[in-house]
Amino acid sequence: MMDRMKRTPVREQDPKERIKNFNEVSFGYNEEEAVKEASRCLNCKKPMCVTNCPVSISIPKFIHCVKNRDFKEAARIIAESSALPAVCGRVCPQETQCEGKCVLGIKGEPIAIGKLERFVADWSREHDISFTDIKEKKNKKVAVIGSGPSGLTCAGDLAKMGYDVTIFEALHKAGGVLVYGIPEFRLPKDTVVKHEINNLKKLGVHIETDVLIGRTITVDQLLNEEGFDAVFIGSGAGLPKFMGIPGENLNGVFSANEFLTRSNLMKAYREDYSTPIKAGKITAVVGGGNVAMDAARTALRLGSTVHIVYRRSFEEIPARAEEVQHAKDEGVIFDILTNPVEIIGDEKGWVKGIKCVRMKLGEPDESGRKRPVKIEGSEFIMDVDTVIMALGTSPNPLIASTTKGLETNKRNCIVAEEETGLTSRNGIYAGGDAVTGSATVILAMGAGKKAAKAIDEYLSK
Amino acid sequence: MYRILEKKVLAPDIYFMKLSAPRIARSAKPGQFLIVKADEEGERIPLTICDYNSKEGTVAIVFQAVGSSTNEMASYEEGESFSDVVGPLGNPSEFVGEDIDELKSQKFMFVAGGVGTAPIYPQVKWLHEHGINADVIIGTRTKKLLLFENEMRSVARNLYIATDDGSYGFNGLVTGLLEDLIKKGHHYDKVITIGPMIMMKFVSKLTKKYGIKTIASLNSIMVDGTGMCGACRVTVGNVTKFTCIDGPEFDAHLIDFDEAMRRQTMYKTEEGKKKIEDEERREGHKCRIGLDGDR
Repeated sequence: MMDRMKRTPVREQDPKERIKNFNEVSFGYNEEEAVKEASRCLNCKKPMCVTNCPVSISIPKFIHCVKNRDFKEAARIIAESSALPAVCGRVCPQETQCEGKCVLGIKGEPIAIGKLERFVADWSREHDISFTDIKEKKNKKVAVIGSGPSGLTCAGDLAKMGYDVTIFEALHKAGGVLVYGIPEFRLPKDTVVKHEINNLKKLGVHIETDVLIGRTITVDQLLNEEGFDAVFIGSGAGLPKFMGIPGENLNGVFSANEFLTRSNLMKAYREDYSTPIKAGKITAVVGGGNVAMDAARTALRLGSTVHIVYRRSFEEIPARAEEVQHAKDEGVIFDILTNPVEIIGDEKGWVKGIKCVRMKLGEPDESGRKRPVKIEGSEFIMDVDTVIMALGTSPNPLIASTTKGLETNKRNCIVAEEETGLTSRNGIYAGGDAVTGSATVILAMGAGKKAAKAIDEYLSK
Repeated sequence: MYRILEKKVLAPDIYFMKLSAPRIARSAKPGQFLIVKADEEGERIPLTICDYNSKEGTVAIVFQAVGSSTNEMASYEEGESFSDVVGPLGNPSEFVGEDIDELKSQKFMFVAGGVGTAPIYPQVKWLHEHGINADVIIGTRTKKLLLFENEMRSVARNLYIATDDGSYGFNGLVTGLLEDLIKKGHHYDKVITIGPMIMMKFVSKLTKKYGIKTIASLNSIMVDGTGMCGACRVTVGNVTKFTCIDGPEFDAHLIDFDEAMRRQTMYKTEEGKKKIEDEERREGHKCRIGLDGDR
């Protein structure tokens, strides 16, 4: 008799092995494991998991299908709500969303919803199943700026509705953060991401890479000269933040964006690519988000000893629980309640250490988390030769500054209506990190979905 | 894919290529750059746009084959294509947005060195087309490395050449020639310099002495060129700027050139680093024909 309270474990690469390669860490469930895990679901009458899913996937329904081995139907149910299940099954912070509200979690372990979603998505990819019903062509053109989660979702939905959609991507490869940001060992590019992009192409979406909107062509030119009837801006939050402490421009200090882009997009970890990358002997990664974990685990795989330097405690750490656990298992050293105050260089201007102070937690701040307070006299120097800043990102002001009348807020985020994505300009919609500042894949997807619906309504008038 | 319509060898290891890139050609302005990626495995290489023609839909680049990626680029022939060319990137030169009549009253001096000569050309050409006079100094090690002489002569009011070995024009460095001209009573309101970092540093030092406003175009290390990576950080007036989105042109008198030069060596191989050190030692602050193949 199975223990309903216990989760079916997922097979993973051994930590000792996986730190030597960039292959995916988690193998995911096979059919037997998926069915077993699915059979734990209580099929609640009022499923709390659904209310906590940003795109409201009918979770108990698809799990019920998995339990009955109707994987195709499970995939269809997910596809009703989510365009990128293979991605979300891997990168969503399930513990604070669907799984966080699972009733089984009260006394035992919540259903592994993310792992089941991933299983269904991978199964349907491997069995070449796709749901590409396209309604009648509408003869209207929509431009989507950015090919990250929000852009892909918006483009996919609009294409299914019959619109002629072109995605403009500034980089040489489509996928946005899915290709430049999230590492291979967490999200395989050639299988999962490429498949999602190909699905869009099958829907008839055109993808034009190497186009930086605001420089190569402006939003107004798209509308006035290239005949687009509406524009969706899903350009993300690309600009890296730095701390503003002394020594940040020393050689050997990188933004996580640079480090991860070199490794993920430019494949610096592969010998057949020309991209250079520097991972020193000892690396300090500053920050506690998913990007910090990604950078730390990448540096580890490139042969460095790695410290995560984070100013709050494990309780406040914003990264997904699984990422923190994986990082720990792989040997990343966590220096929590520690904050850098200066980066120290050698006589040639290369990093040789990072001066930090210890912190303690005080009263909660505006984010609701306990404010870290410096412990006086606790300065110490950590010997490192590489520092990676993973402090979050902000939207690139380029599009807003080259589009007349497009309103932004103080943080350079485009102002858009929550329910529709409509900006201050008629016919121009926006969503994802470009509107919210750096957030999650699933929230960006949700915004892309809402905007697609609103654009359809606007163009159907 | 971006087809190579024309390829010329301008000097040993220095290549000119005209590329088909209609979107970039339509939007390019003087001072901007683009990024070339030869093939799937290649690096993204930032290069200043050396000419553009919106009617033809073409842009021109000049680069020196020094590293593995620029050598790879150099191996492409007419009729072949680069997988990616993105641009125009960065801000146009300051004067592009200024009042033409106001500009006509100003005296411009461009100081170029090495492969930096080519990107000066669209700026001088733009001014020329708008009826604004500009003088140009081109510095090079020796006559056979001189680029764009005829092109430049057709758009510059006065063209001065300086060679380190005296094989052509002024015998010495661009800074020596510039100071000579100033001492002879030539007046300049603005100096714009593009070339090896060390040359720009010393041009900037000289013009500071004479109180002439100076703009330098930086060729920092970059990955995406759109503001994402921050590799191109440069300190300008004690503030950190990104060369790609805040530049590439900055007030030369405010640039921390020593930091900028140090950061350029970040990804150099040990061999490459040694080559630069030797070169700098040998030539002092001479305007060497850049070892930086890219901008």
